[in-house]
Amino acid sequence: MTLTIGYYPGCSGAGTSVEYDQSTRAVCARLGVTLRDVPDWSCCGSTPAHTVNHVLSAALSARNLELAAQAGLEVVTTPCPSCLANLRIAGHKMEQPAFRDDVRALLETECETLAETKSTLQVMVEEVGLDEVQARVTKPLAGLRVACYYGCIMNRPPEVMQFDDPEHPMAMDNLLTACGAEVVPFPLKVECCGAAAGMPRKDIVAELSGRLLDTAAGLGVDAIATACPLCQMNLDLRQGQANAARGTRHAIPVFYFTQLMGLAMGLSAREVGLSKLVVNPKPCLERAGLL
Amino acid sequence: MRIGVFVCHCGSNIAATVDCPSVAEAAKLFPDVVFATDTMYACSEPGQDGIIQAIKEHRLDGCVVASCSPRMHEPTFRRALERAGLNRYMLEMANIREHVSWIGKNKELNTGKATELVRIAAEKLRLNTPLFANQFDVTKRVLVIGGGVAGIQAALDCADAGIQVIMVERETSIGGKMAKLDKTFPTVDCSSCILGPKMVDVAQHPNITLYAASEVEEISGYVGNFDVKVRRKATYVNWASCTGCGLCMEKCPSKKSHDAFNEGVATTTAINIPFPQAIPKKAAINPEFCMKLQKGKCGVCAKVCPTKCIDFEQQDTIVSEKVGAIVAATGYDLFDWTVYGQYGAGRYPDVVTSLQYERMMNASGPTSGHIQRPSDGREPKRVVFIQCVGSRDKSVNRPYCSGFCCMYTAKQAVLTKDHIPDSDSYVFYMDIRSPGKGYDEFTRRAQEQYGVQYVRGRVSMVYPKGDVLVVRGADTLAGTQVEVEADLVVLAVGVEASKGAAHLAEKLRISYDQYGFFMESHPKLKPVETNTAGVYLAGCSQGPKDIPTSVGQGSAAAAKVLTLFAKDKLESDPQVSSVNQNRCVGCLKCTMTCPFGAIKDVKDRAGNTKAEVIETVCQGCGICTVTCPHGAIQLQHFTDNQILAEVNALCQPELEF
Repeated sequence: MTLTIGYYPGCSGAGTSVEYDQSTRAVCARLGVTLRDVPDWSCCGSTPAHTVNHVLSAALSARNLELAAQAGLEVVTTPCPSCLANLRIAGHKMEQPAFRDDVRALLETECETLAETKSTLQVMVEEVGLDEVQARVTKPLAGLRVACYYGCIMNRPPEVMQFDDPEHPMAMDNLLTACGAEVVPFPLKVECCGAAAGMPRKDIVAELSGRLLDTAAGLGVDAIATACPLCQMNLDLRQGQANAARGTRHAIPVFYFTQLMGLAMGLSAREVGLSKLVVNPKPCLERAGLL
Repeated sequence: MRIGVFVCHCGSNIAATVDCPSVAEAAKLFPDVVFATDTMYACSEPGQDGIIQAIKEHRLDGCVVASCSPRMHEPTFRRALERAGLNRYMLEMANIREHVSWIGKNKELNTGKATELVRIAAEKLRLNTPLFANQFDVTKRVLVIGGGVAGIQAALDCADAGIQVIMVERETSIGGKMAKLDKTFPTVDCSSCILGPKMVDVAQHPNITLYAASEVEEISGYVGNFDVKVRRKATYVNWASCTGCGLCMEKCPSKKSHDAFNEGVATTTAINIPFPQAIPKKAAINPEFCMKLQKGKCGVCAKVCPTKCIDFEQQDTIVSEKVGAIVAATGYDLFDWTVYGQYGAGRYPDVVTSLQYERMMNASGPTSGHIQRPSDGREPKRVVFIQCVGSRDKSVNRPYCSGFCCMYTAKQAVLTKDHIPDSDSYVFYMDIRSPGKGYDEFTRRAQEQYGVQYVRGRVSMVYPKGDVLVVRGADTLAGTQVEVEADLVVLAVGVEASKGAAHLAEKLRISYDQYGFFMESHPKLKPVETNTAGVYLAGCSQGPKDIPTSVGQGSAAAAKVLTLFAKDKLESDPQVSSVNQNRCVGCLKCTMTCPFGAIKDVKDRAGNTKAEVIETVCQGCGICTVTCPHGAIQLQHFTDNQILAEVNALCQPELEF
């Protein structure tokens, strides 16, 4: 498979979720997908930008999409759903001429052509395809019971995202099934983990993430797969806080879906950055015979 | 010609934004206008008397009434003219209410526009000629489409009055949705006990011909003389000899057929009688599931049938009927709730619709009236009802209220307590809408006497946890989130127009709204009439309705039919096309463009081809008049010259003053 596609790692990809970035790049390389970083990319503004000013937020995203287009990239993929939301909403809003003029004034460029944005999950399912993924699997994840957790913004708002079912997404379920995992129907797959409330009110995150962990544990899963740096952090890094607040003793490893895909394709623990996970993934991987 | 102009104030409806006296003053200068005045209410008795008096006093030949839409009061003023001895078609109306005063606030501009409209009307009136209606016979038979409770009521009322009734029902039995219900609110009396006798009456009434498993194929003709073709669908059973013994059902090996009557709660056999009280009680084969029809092997039913009435070769047949009036009572269907991902979109077996729940509670239902969870057959101890599923929700294009769900939800909650005394029921609601007689008392009783927990708020999510369903929602009165672990979730699914309603409306040439409900002629004053003469509405085909209202409307539609049939002859509308035989060259282009087949070709005495209009078929649409290359065909009351006079009046307002 030869596919060249723009890549926007996002700030968390360069910081808190380096293992997501690292495993995405490694899996893409294994699948024959060439990722070309958007030259001189900058932050999408994340939540702070769009809560303050929509034009500013869109301008930050439009800058990146214009740079990508100038570099000849028609499609840009990002693993982070928050970056995805900002980039796609910017593209969506720029279709209104008045809004577009405001952004142009701020950027002092024409914004003639903007690249389209797709999540890495969407690229895997639509551009690469489940058959291609399955063909690359060398170490099927057989015996690994996984709950796929998409988070609340992965496919929302649906009219902007135009991908998968916003209430009952199946893209990650299908991908990991193709990798041989036993994917359980996880009813809370689009519920909120508490997101950035972890800063001012960690009790909220402990409660919301705790519910997710309880439900996953109730389904007897070995691991949770995520597609969002913030979800991963809340479920993994704050799992101890949730346990302490709710009197539970969960020890469920929380992977990025790209890490599990990498393992199934024969990549090493180091190549997919397993050492960055807080809840030790080793016991469950060993039980399933994957390490 | 001597023309009189009457400018109506309509109280303040017009006068608030139109200077009526100055419109009348301006009209005095128009050609042929010999009298003009303003009047407070032209349609009132003194208003009409004023018009009649003026006609006599000023020897008027025609009148312009500047008031509301002709849809509202044209018949009123036409009658007034007739009382004054004028022909009814010597009236013109200028709509200065809907077209002027209600839509503009600038009094000066409005007054100018009203004056122009009056001038247009006066110019047309100068070319009006008296027209006279022809009379034609009425076929005193009525077609009732749909055999639900509304259609049944209309059919029985007409039949009791001595009118021949043709009833067409799509399913293999009449009874409609009401036949599926367990009990009815607010009296909690058995639905089939009160409907059943009426269904039997339909079967036994000498004046009613019932075509079940049939659909209306084609309708042509006009009020008093409709020609209807009915498609009798193949049931693969000769109903003339079927006795309804049910032996075929016992022996049919294809036991996994979809059971439409039981809303899919259970399965049935490929050959079946939908329910014990079915009318007509005849078996029919569902070809999708019949092994003989699908694979060519089986035929068990044909072997066991004591009257040998199974006919695998049966084809659809078409029967023609002549009727004078039609009652459309096609009912409703349930909204497809699976668009709601948050309720599981159909993934969870223990989330059921309200109609499925009726079948589960019904003693003649698949569980013999024992409420059981579809997933494991366990008796539910905690039932959650979610209201407004597909009602009052713009996001699924159903902004309207389905009207009766609040009531049946309360009824189902009460019945749940009766069936399972140690159960708890929760109702998530937006508002409790119970304006009928004894209705609010009933919902109160559900809460106070039966202890049903009403939670005001929407449900955000239903998800499985072990073998129960967690229902998460908001309690907007307490301002908190609530979670209820339910054994069974019942969705109060909203009403939508019956499948194929829009298609039927086009056959009937009646209007329907954006949701497929048939449009009544006037939302308040003509609730069962349509804009097509001779076609009437009953029941949910016009909009969501409960049983008493549907029955009331069925009787109302019957009364309208009887009113129509009280006359032996009907008058045809003279506002139809007519051919000037001297000008017609016999090209017959008009016959090709006429959508109603109202123009035929004839030979004149010299043997030349000419077009001729069948007056009773012509609807007066005017398409032929723009088709005719010679202007030989003219629509009476709307001739080319009359329309051009209007255009001239508008485009050259200064001329001829």
